[in-house]
This record gives sequence, structure tokens and C-alpha cells, in this order.
Amino acid sequence: MNWWKRLWRRTQMEAQLEKELSFHLEQHMSQLVARGRAPDEARREARLSLGGPELVKEKCRDARGTRWLEDLLQDTRYALRTFRQNPGFTLVALLILSFGIGATTVMFAVINSVLLRPLSYPEPDRLVTLRLFTEQIGELWGFSNLDFGDVKRESQTLALAAWTYGGGTISEPGEPEYVNGRQISAELFSTLGISPVQGRAFLPDEDRPGAAPLAIISYGLWQRDFGGGPSTIGRSLVYDGKPYTVVGIAPAGFQLDGESDLFTPLEPRRNTDPRMQNRRARFLRVMGRLRPGFGLAEGRAELALIARHLAEEYPKSNTGLSMIAYPLQKELVGDVGSTLWLLLCAVGLVLLIACVNIASLLLARAVSRERELAMRVALGAGRSRLARQCLTESAILGLGGGVLGVVLAFVSIHPFVAFWPGSLPRAEEVHLDWRVLVFAVGASFLSGLLFGLAPALRVPVRGVEQTLRAGARSIAGSSRRWHSAFVISEIAFAVVLLVSAGMLGHTLLALSSLDPGFNVHDVIAARFALSPATLGNPEQVREAWQDVLDRARRVPGVDSVTLADIIPMREGENSLPYWTTATPPPPNHQPVALASCVSPDYLKVMGIPLRQGRFFNEHDRIGSEPVVVIDENLAQHAFGTKDAVGKRIWIPAMSPSPVLIVGIVGHVRHWGLAGDDQSRVHDQMYYPFAQVPSPLLHFFSSIMSIAARTTIPPLKVVQPLGQQLRGAAGDQVLYEIRTMEQLVSASLARQRFLLLLFGIFAGLALLLACIGIYGVLAYLTGQRVPEFGVRIALGASARDVMRLVLRQSLGMIFAGVGVGILAALAAGRLLMHTVDGMRPTEPSTFAIMIPLLVAAALFASFLPARRASRIDPMSALRQE
Amino acid sequence: MTPPKSDLPQGTLDLLMLKVIALGPVHGYAIAQRLEQVSRGVVQVPEGSLYPALHRLENRGLLAADWKETERGREAKFYRLTRKGLKQLETETADWQRLIDAIGLILGMADGGAQ
Repeated sequence: MNWWKRLWRRTQMEAQLEKELSFHLEQHMSQLVARGRAPDEARREARLSLGGPELVKEKCRDARGTRWLEDLLQDTRYALRTFRQNPGFTLVALLILSFGIGATTVMFAVINSVLLRPLSYPEPDRLVTLRLFTEQIGELWGFSNLDFGDVKRESQTLALAAWTYGGGTISEPGEPEYVNGRQISAELFSTLGISPVQGRAFLPDEDRPGAAPLAIISYGLWQRDFGGGPSTIGRSLVYDGKPYTVVGIAPAGFQLDGESDLFTPLEPRRNTDPRMQNRRARFLRVMGRLRPGFGLAEGRAELALIARHLAEEYPKSNTGLSMIAYPLQKELVGDVGSTLWLLLCAVGLVLLIACVNIASLLLARAVSRERELAMRVALGAGRSRLARQCLTESAILGLGGGVLGVVLAFVSIHPFVAFWPGSLPRAEEVHLDWRVLVFAVGASFLSGLLFGLAPALRVPVRGVEQTLRAGARSIAGSSRRWHSAFVISEIAFAVVLLVSAGMLGHTLLALSSLDPGFNVHDVIAARFALSPATLGNPEQVREAWQDVLDRARRVPGVDSVTLADIIPMREGENSLPYWTTATPPPPNHQPVALASCVSPDYLKVMGIPLRQGRFFNEHDRIGSEPVVVIDENLAQHAFGTKDAVGKRIWIPAMSPSPVLIVGIVGHVRHWGLAGDDQSRVHDQMYYPFAQVPSPLLHFFSSIMSIAARTTIPPLKVVQPLGQQLRGAAGDQVLYEIRTMEQLVSASLARQRFLLLLFGIFAGLALLLACIGIYGVLAYLTGQRVPEFGVRIALGASARDVMRLVLRQSLGMIFAGVGVGILAALAAGRLLMHTVDGMRPTEPSTFAIMIPLLVAAALFASFLPARRASRIDPMSALRQE
Repeated sequence: MTPPKSDLPQGTLDLLMLKVIALGPVHGYAIAQRLEQVSRGVVQVPEGSLYPALHRLENRGLLAADWKETERGREAKFYRLTRKGLKQLETETADWQRLIDAIGLILGMADGGAQ
């Protein structure tokens, strides 16, 4: 019989044992009777010779080998019975635990999906992303097309692929719709190791110049525009005015960096896109797969070598440029890792406090059960057996909390992910898997162990008789020590969370009050692409844009309108090197500035202050003298003075001859309120869209945004503006529509999100700590009732007793605050390390948070203290 | 007069029980009886350890048990040897035999045989 069968049929086995033994006794008896004994005597003798049926039974049960399980079952039943007897305690404990474990599980599930689980490509650890690095700008995400071609040809260790942003209007089939797209090199799908769900990937020849226009569409677009039909392969769609043939459908959920609906080959644009032949135009994202037999270190060494060769061969563009490979996973995940770990730590602290709370409750109960336990020890129960029973009880509690916690996590994980500021990378992959469940079960058991340990260790060994003799008077010194340790640690944890939340709040306030450098109110910005039909000769393009501006200006509620290639605090940037002397400095010592291509009303729309000179006007056009406007920072850096109007600077990307500075404007926090101080590029300059060279006009037309200052709430103009700008073919659409207020607020989203969660956690910690203090003090004063009775009988006043209790609690509170402050300082350093714009821990944060905590803790201890002071000495003494 | 009783050496009770059971299915009381009879009363089974020992052997798979009726129509638990039990009996018997021979040899030495 299997052990589980034996266990399962326990009652049956018990009955059989009983029957077997009674058969034995009967046999023996009848034999004795046959030999002439009196029946009574015979029964007695038979029983004597068997040696006590209960003892034999016990030995037989031991022989079954399922003893530990039976004990476990017995302990479980016992624990459940105790829980039923204390429904209040059980409910509170389960609630606290389930929240703690649920929140921890959610955080772990997100970390697991985003950071720990490998990417869903074959051999994901061999995938890398390539970056450029220069001393002045730091890391660049983009490669130039020519560099990419060279590296791809020369690398022995890496198979490379590239992509860049595309995107445009699909006008057939269906309503005209702007879609995000990517232009990819032909080998991208094979490098990633995936294949389309239908059709095929691009063939090697299909990204050569002159190849037929082909497209792979996303699963979503297939469902949306083609109804998911099987005959989609081979059909055509009109994208940016040109027909493309659909050859494949990408797997559901496939995305490179953000969603995209359309993949087109990189190269057909080679003829028309001047960037393709420019080594300074670094717009390709490059990823690769390590070839068999090579590791990351070898790949990196080879890349360094190739970069050096390229720098020697093309010193103008490639000097000081090095190439690095990173694991692709790190690239896709970005910097959310630190936020996630930070949150897991915070949640972990709350869970710890919850555990400590339950531990002190359990301990209080264990102490009041001391006599019962001593009695059991006296009756022969082993210490380990009793400790096991205590642990079983807490493990069941932990597991119960864990089950509820997992349910909670299951319900709340998707709202949490949706609540994440911006978009959480790999968000679509977040779910509870076995690893998360293992984590949750582990956390539950660990919690159970943690809060069960103290009571279990208190199982009496020595001094059993004293305990028994002492009766109700037993006041356990060691239990008081334990309890103070609990309170101290709870307060310390709460201090850490409160101070962290305070720091975040302080930082957020400080950042929000920073001047962004422009007027954020009543401005709306959106990306906009001209209809392909208007993209004729340069003159027509310029006219088309002018027409867009004129039409937009006529929309009611619109005050002024401008074009811009980059918008402050939105993704996207364009950094150009510049210098101030006729001879250029060595390439890796050239300063860089953020360059914005704008139309004359930009300053008015954004509300950027003009410090000196003028901004652009309609006379700055192609053919007239090239001009720029710079910000205060650039003026300071380049000329050491804010008075730079009339000077010239060299901006080779713009013009071979030096460019005239016509005005100086205020600095704009382009990289976000929090991020701007950390960014490497602090200088800014503006150049007129009207002076963009004609060959580049088509490219610029595809990246321009439109921004408007409004006299009514800005979102109200979206509808009429879109109507007004649809164009003759109806295929011009506004997309990524944002008010500047939204962008500013989004630039602090991470800080705000952290503050919100830390605030919630800190509040919970405070509440839990107060409950803990209240519980412990109520218990401790309860134990001292007889003592207080004596004191009062001997003449102590109510105030004296109260002071006594409060002094005890103040001791614990201040010890906790002391430890907590040290821990909070350490936590503050961690926060400064991980959060942009974080201010160092300030005394004022402590000055606000510590009194708050002490006040709450004192309030919690006040109730037990008052109760102690109202003890009636007579009844207290009678308790003895 | 009852003959003097000997304590069983450690571990031999299992072997003796296996031997008795090998003769045919038998219940606990009969095992004790038979051991006493066969040894002419020298071996007295401590009844308190008989049943735990039987259960332990059953647990180890050396014995199997069925509930059957005795000749007098009472239901009793009859133990029988399993294949594994039979093997165990054989090896233990052989071991025991060797030990007895060795002890016999040593005890049978002529005085002065050991120098």
C-alpha cells in the first residue's frame, strides 16, 4: 500500500488495528478459559500479556511510517480550529498578508516578465543592439547607412540588420489612416529568428534600389483593414500615395521599438533620400545576432577594430566614434529596471511590516498559551513537536494569505500595467506564470516562517514547573524584549518609507516649480505629414507648407501657428556639431547643440522669451543669407557672453559657410523638467524651415510637426484643425496630438508615479505600525495589570501610571526612529541614484515626517496607557 | 514446570516470524503460539512488540495480509509472505546459519587451542 493510501484510509486502518488486537485478546482469553481460568481473570491476564492495547496501537501507528503526515494533519486541524475561534484575528491577519503578498507578487510578476524572462525570439541571449559612442554627445542610437553597410560587410562575428522609423498614410483600403511604420533591411526577420505568420519575409534582393515596392503588415493591421482574410498576401495597399504589394503578415505582438503597423524594405528610398549617402546622417537602428562560436566579448572587440578602421578612412565623419554592442534585452527594457526594483523594495518593506505585526499578535497569543504549552511539555510533548505545531499554524496563515494575495495579484496586475506612466516595455508579455506562483508561494511560506519563528522559539523547555506554578502571574521578560524589537523594527521600516515618500514629494514640488523655459499653457502640437500628391518640386513643397500654415491660422480659436521638427519634451532630437573659428576643432572635440528647424511664429507659439536681436521672419528664405537663433547657454559656452548677435558660427550640417546669429532666446528644458539637467546636450539653436536646402525638403516634410497657440482650450481646436488640414485628397492627418501641458506633465510622470505608490505604501506602513504599537502596548499593559494595581494601591496617581506606559512606548518609538533615520539616509542615496532630478535628503523632510510618525505612534499608545491608568486596584489585585 | 525462558537476540524476532509465516497464512495470535510451541516454550514472544513488528514488515513489503475467516468462523487478519519476504527469509537464514556455525566453532575449541 502506498503511503498516501495508508494515509487516505486512516480510519479504516484504525478499525482494522482495533479488530486485530481484540481478536488476539479473545483468542488468548478463550485459551486461558479452556485451561480452566475464570473468564474475568483470563481477560485480565490476556490484557496484561499484550501490554496495554493503547500503547501497542501507538507503536503500530509509528510502524506505518506516516506519522509526520498525521501530525501535520493534526496540527492543521488544530490550527484551523484556533483560527475559527479567533475570527477577528484571522481575518485581520489574512487581509494584511494578502495585501502584502499580492502587491509583492504584482511587482515581481512585472519584473519577471520585463527584466527576467528572455525575449521571445530563438536564442535571445545571442541578440545584440549596436550603439555609437562619442565623447561629446555620449551614446548615439543611430548608425549612418554607409557605416551600417561597412560594418555588416566586414563583421565576422555578427549578422547585422537595421531599421528606421517610417510611417505615413495608408489611403487604401479603408479610410485614410496614419500608421507607424518601420523601414527594415531585408535580413531583419531572419536575424531575429522569426517568420511571418503568413506569406514571407523580404528576400535579400528586395531591399536593393529599384526593387518593386513590397510591404509586410502587422497582425493588427491585417485584422483591421483586411479583415484577417487569407487572401491578403498579394493584395496591394496605397501607402504615401504609392502602391505596395503585401507579401507577409508579421506575428501578433511583434514590435521592434514601439508599435508599428507596416514594414517596408529600407533601400528603395535610397534614390530619393539623401541621408542614405551621408555618413553623418545617423538614423538607422542596428541590431545583430552573434554568429555561432562567437561571444559578446569577441563581437565587441571586432566592432572596436572596425570602428577604428572607419575613423581612419573617413576622419571627417567618424573620428572619435566607437561602436558598442549591448544585449538586446537591456536595450528594449531601458531604464525601467531601477524603478521596478525600487518599487519591489518598497512593497517588500510593507510586507515585512505586515509580518512583524502578525508576529507580535501571534507572540502575544503564544505567551498567553504558555501554561497550556508547559502542561503539554510536562505530559511528554517534545519541544520540536510543539515548535512544529507553532510553525504549522503560521505556515497555514501565510499560505492562506498567499492564496488570497495571488488572487489579488491576478485581478490587479493588468490595471497596474495600464497605470504605468508612458508605456511599459514588453507590457503585453506581463502575466502570472509558474515562476511568479513559485515566488508567491515562497513569499507566503517565508512570511509564515518569519512571523511564526518568534512564538515557536518561545516554546518552554526549562522552568516548566515554575511556569505551571506561577499561574497567571507569569510575566515573560524575553517576550517583552521580543515585542519591543518588533515595534522598533516596524517604526524603522515606516520611517524609511515615509522619508522616501517625503523626498519624492519634495522633489516633485521642486521640479514642478521649475521654469520649463516656455509658456506651457494653451499650446497644442501634433505630427503632420503632407499628402504625397503635393510632394512635387521644392517650390511646390514650400507652397504646400505655407498653405498649411495659412489654413491653420484661419481656424477659430487659433492664435498663431508654427512648424517644428522637434517639440520640447517630446521624443525626438537632432544634435548638430558647431564651432566658432574658421578652422574646425578636432572631430571629437566639437561641441554639439540641439537644433530645431522652425517657422517664424515658433517663438510666439511656444512663448519663449527673446533675449536679444530678432527671431526669423519671412525674409529668411532659401537664397537669402543663412541665419540661426541661439539660446543663452550656447551664447555663454561659445562666446563667454550673452551678447552674441551679429557673430557667426560654423554649422557644417547646415551650410559650408559660417552662419549669422540674429537673435538670442531663453533656454528650453527640452529633455523634460527632471531630465534636462542630466542631459549631455545643453546648448540649443534654431534655424528657419524656409532655409532648408531643396534636396532635403522631402525628408523634412516627413518629420515636421505643427504647433498652435490657442485662445480657447487647446484640445477644442483639434477637430476643426484636422478638418481644415485634410488636403485635397483627404489623406493628411494629425497624429500624436499633445498639449504642451500634457508633455510637461508626462516628463514628470515617473516621479509622480513613484510618489503616488510610495505615498500609498508609506501610509500603509504608518497605519500598520500604529496598529502594531497599539497591539503590543495593549498586550504588555494587560500583562502588567496586577503591577499597576499594586502601584495604584500604594498611592500612584493615574498620571503616574500613564506616564509609565507612555515612557515605555516612547523608548521603543525613539529607538525605531533612530534606526529608521539611518536606514532612510541609505534609502535616500539609492533614490538619488535611480530617479532623475532627485534632491538629496533634506532636514525638512525629516522635520515633517518624523513628528508625524511620532504623533501617530503616541496616539496609538495613548489608548492602552489610559486604560492602564483607570485600573481599579481592588479588582486588579484580586486577579492574582 | 515451565522451562527457563531466553531473551531473543536483537533482530531475530523478524526472522522467526518470517519463518513461521512462510509455512502458510497465519494470524498474529497463532504466530506467537507457534513460536512458543516449536521452541518448546523457550522462545516467548513479547506480545507488545509482535504487532508493531508485523506492521513494520507489512509496511516494508515483506508481508501481505488478508482478512479471512478462521475455522471457528471469526474474521482475522492472516499474514502471508511476499516474494520479497521469501528472499529476505532465505538470505537472513543463511546469514544466521553462518553465524551459528562460526560461534559453534569458537565455542567448540579444545581448551588450550587458543595460544
